Amino acid sequence: MKFILSYVKKYHIRAILAPFFKMLEAVFELLVPLVMASIINKGIGSGDSAYIIRMSGVLLILAVCGLIFSITAQYFSAYVAVYSASDIRHDLFAKILSLSQGAKDRVGEEVLTTRITNDINQIQNAINMVLRLFLRSPFIVAGATIMAFIVDVKSAFTFLVVVGLLSIIVYFIMRYTLPRYKAIAAKLEKVLHLTSENLTGSRVLRAFCQTDKEKKDFEIKTKELASMQINTGRIAALLNPVTYVVVNFGIIALIYVSMKRVDSGFILQGDIVALVNYMSQILIELVKLANLIVLLMKAFPSAERVSELMNMKSDERAHLENQGQSNSADLKLDHVYFSYNGGNEYDIEDISLNIPSGSVLGVIGGTGSGKSTFLRLLNHTYDVTKGTVTLDGKDVRAFTDTELSDIFGIVPQRAALFSGTVRSNMTMKCADATDADIEAALTTAQALDFVQAKDGGIDATVAGRGANFSGGQKQRLTIARALVSKPQILILDDSSSALDLATESKLKKALMSLPWHPTIIIVSQRASSVLEADQILVLDDGKCVGLGSHDKLLGTCETYEEIYYCQYPREEANNG
Amino acid sequence: MAKKESQSRILNRVLTELKAYSTSIIFSILCAIATVYLTLRIPILTGQAVDCVIGPGEIDYVKLLSILEVMGGTVAATFFTQWIMNRLNNNITYSVTKSLRDRAFAKQQHMKLADIDSHPHGDYVSRIVSDADTFSDGLLMGFTQVFTGVLTIIGTIYFMIGISLKIALIVIILTPASLFLAKFISERTYKFFGQQAKLRGTETSYIEEIILNKNIVRNMDYEDDALVKFESMNDELADASMKATFYSSTVNPSTRLVNNIIYAIVGVLGALMAIAGGITVGGLTSFLSYASTYGKPFNEISGVVTEFQNALACAERLFEMIDAEVEVDEGEKIIDGAKGSIEFKDVFFSYDKNKKLIENLNIKVEPGQRVAIVGPTGAGKSTIINLLMRFYDIDAGQITIDGVDISDISIDNLRRNFGMVLQETWVKEATVKENLRMASPNATDEEIIEAAKATHAHSFIKKMPYGYDTILSTDNGSLSQGQMQLLCITRVMLNIPPMLILDEATSSIDTRTEQKIQSAFNKMMKGRTTFVVAHRLSTIREADVILFVKDGQIVEQGNHRELLQKDGFYAKLYRSQFA
Repeated sequence: MKFILSYVKKYHIRAILAPFFKMLEAVFELLVPLVMASIINKGIGSGDSAYIIRMSGVLLILAVCGLIFSITAQYFSAYVAVYSASDIRHDLFAKILSLSQGAKDRVGEEVLTTRITNDINQIQNAINMVLRLFLRSPFIVAGATIMAFIVDVKSAFTFLVVVGLLSIIVYFIMRYTLPRYKAIAAKLEKVLHLTSENLTGSRVLRAFCQTDKEKKDFEIKTKELASMQINTGRIAALLNPVTYVVVNFGIIALIYVSMKRVDSGFILQGDIVALVNYMSQILIELVKLANLIVLLMKAFPSAERVSELMNMKSDERAHLENQGQSNSADLKLDHVYFSYNGGNEYDIEDISLNIPSGSVLGVIGGTGSGKSTFLRLLNHTYDVTKGTVTLDGKDVRAFTDTELSDIFGIVPQRAALFSGTVRSNMTMKCADATDADIEAALTTAQALDFVQAKDGGIDATVAGRGANFSGGQKQRLTIARALVSKPQILILDDSSSALDLATESKLKKALMSLPWHPTIIIVSQRASSVLEADQILVLDDGKCVGLGSHDKLLGTCETYEEIYYCQYPREEANNG
Repeated sequence: MAKKESQSRILNRVLTELKAYSTSIIFSILCAIATVYLTLRIPILTGQAVDCVIGPGEIDYVKLLSILEVMGGTVAATFFTQWIMNRLNNNITYSVTKSLRDRAFAKQQHMKLADIDSHPHGDYVSRIVSDADTFSDGLLMGFTQVFTGVLTIIGTIYFMIGISLKIALIVIILTPASLFLAKFISERTYKFFGQQAKLRGTETSYIEEIILNKNIVRNMDYEDDALVKFESMNDELADASMKATFYSSTVNPSTRLVNNIIYAIVGVLGALMAIAGGITVGGLTSFLSYASTYGKPFNEISGVVTEFQNALACAERLFEMIDAEVEVDEGEKIIDGAKGSIEFKDVFFSYDKNKKLIENLNIKVEPGQRVAIVGPTGAGKSTIINLLMRFYDIDAGQITIDGVDISDISIDNLRRNFGMVLQETWVKEATVKENLRMASPNATDEEIIEAAKATHAHSFIKKMPYGYDTILSTDNGSLSQGQMQLLCITRVMLNIPPMLILDEATSSIDTRTEQKIQSAFNKMMKGRTTFVVAHRLSTIREADVILFVKDGQIVEQGNHRELLQKDGFYAKLYRSQFA
């Protein structure tokens, strides 16, 4: 709530004007019964036709004013809603961009997208509705009551009773149903999940002949859902009838009380008509209000979720005072420890290593051995828990993220391209790259041939998620993308897995002979990918269990031997 | 015209669906009629009551009290008819939704895999989840609104004519003006909504792309560029959204203006008539009350028409799913513990009838043999598996197991004879134990643990928060791909069928772990006909038959030695690794 207000505040004048004009509209609407009452009392009562016609002019003026005020209000509330939501969307997008990798992984991609799209749309609707309607209903209810007091104080006490009763009834019904609507939404989410899980698993489920069980599970869930809905609906279905009864009994009481007032000569016949009119207006507005509350209740969780995300702390990383630029790309790790949750169990434990500029490092190890974590410490994606990572003798924490991203070129495990053109993908990091730069990078990445074969060459379209390229092509394009900016340190995170071995070996050769001789760090599960590296780091459970060249490791590192002989059975390796 | 026709066809289908609820529907209709009638009586009674109160000393107490009593009774009766109607409608709505959902989901279990593979999953999900809701809400709520709306209109006209024909005619003639006005405005704002939807779509896909690739955006230092690009999209969206929201919100005030004008005219004419004695003050009161509510059902009905069409569209999508073609399962033969001789005889198959794929394929596999399928990515290695498991049916030729045509075997029985581990790991959102028990519901905890130990899954399962009772979630990423594959292997290990299909079953498992579980694998494959899709040559070399697949075709067939001698594709691939 506070969160939304902070955004609406920017448009505070409009945000005040919108309900203000709504209120004016309500006031004009509330004057109509008074005019009718005087038509009946004075006009009909004394047979004054001229008066009646004059009053009809008043009614028309009221109607036209009502239109003008209401359209003005609609304009301001639409403005506030749309532009505050747009601001929220902007800030949330910026926030998502600034989130650290760890924080982003915890939230999940789908959730992030839902927050910034659906949730914010809900908020936009809610702001609009509140400004337009939420204040109108209380105005009318309060206004009608006040008008009733103006007409006749004694009769108007009926209004207090009716409004009081109605508020209590609406409150209790809402209190019962709202949390249940929430539970129903959660249950529906379950049904959704089951459906989508069932689709992705269709092969496995059929292979295991699970379809009957799936049907049963699904029917249990939908049955639970339906019975929750029916139970909640039973109470929700009371809202309209109960409010109807209260208001109409109010009218009966009102006629009875005011009849006595007429008899005593305090009010006239037309006043009864006005009073009844006000009472009916209260009913209409209360029903609208109740429906609106349900709608708002759906928006509240959205607002909560968005604000939660907005306030989410990115994992704090230390930044040291800048110590000037790096001249060489010598990387050095000195007794580096790292733990994701800050506990005593380290995910990376005591790794010390020199990676001289221009050298080739291979990193090898099993699933969960800490290879990717190791990489993330090099460019300060994560803060080391203990020890230091230095670049040209300066702590990596002393560099800005931009400086680091200039030094490191990273090819991620999952090859991903952005919709646009091959060129727009290649120039993400350096906007001023020439055709020659791009072609050189594509050549090294073994990608030039198939890019040129596409319509438009380097200006060929890249569909969303790079859907018009095969897995291997995508990998090669992402490698090229990292090469365009000529990074001093190139990291390949298991990024040639989709390439056939012949292409991979050509790629490796081309990388080794890059003219600016970058440091190359290759992470892989295949021994063949790291064989020729100057040194190979063997990781197991976050610890360094071997470091050295292939020949050295082969005699000394058991883990390395296991990995190697698994791919090259002994006799074959001997023959080869 | 065609649209109309298909709409009436769907409507007929919907009506048949609703037959099961005909008693509830009839009662609901009766309640609706009663509610409308009772509700419309109130203004008349109020008017009569007003006429009993002329002025001081001119009050007809007896008549007034009896009118008030009737009013009380009417109101009380309305309460019940309205409440019962609401409840009946709720029951019908939710039951229909449930039954449609269940049937669509049941169909999903037997739909052709080709339909699942070629169709965005999100679309099926939204049919089962939101279309079912929209349909039942839109249709049944729409129906009630139209029905009570029409009744209210007729009733109001009837009561108004009863008071004064002249004024009634004025109301009846003037009210449609507000409808035309509403239509006029919404037609003109429609294009703004279209624009809004389009810009929203563009922005959403941009957001998705950036979020999905956030780490790359970071590494490329692309955040600022991304934000600038987003800003321009976002501003454009805001402007379009402003237009759509504002222009559409002028509908209500405008129709209200028309209604207020009608109200004023009725008031003045009525008052003038009252002076002439043609109508009582009470009559005028009733009339004003009718005039102010008369327009409402019109607006509701016109809103319902679009909702109703939307509901029919949703119904069509659901029916389409319920009527989807199912897997052909006409075989009745049961093979128990197949020996595992498999033969492909002159098999023809293609996914797309315009694009030839497998032609004249012949493979013969002896019981217990290991068949390796090799070839570049995307060459169609999985196709053979699709055909064996009958996820897809062949176009011509014959596949036999132990001499029996697989299309003569009951599909469940056929599949039970295969143990399958795929590269794309999949686990259900359920506990580890439940997932592992999928193939063997009766496995004891001890058996499960034993199998998990053999596949080296035990150690990481033990470390999970609740061990074997931890609920696996597909999207929280608590397990790595490799760990998921180990679970999938354990799942098969618990109950090993006579034949095996391993499609890159260990692709995400590191070589060390793979070696560790080799003995379990060997035990699993021993004496069983096995199809292996793999890229590790060490696995392939030991196969009895190697099938080299290229562009969907099997271009080479033979064992390692034979294929090396042949000096073709396989030999080239083999050498590229060891050169």
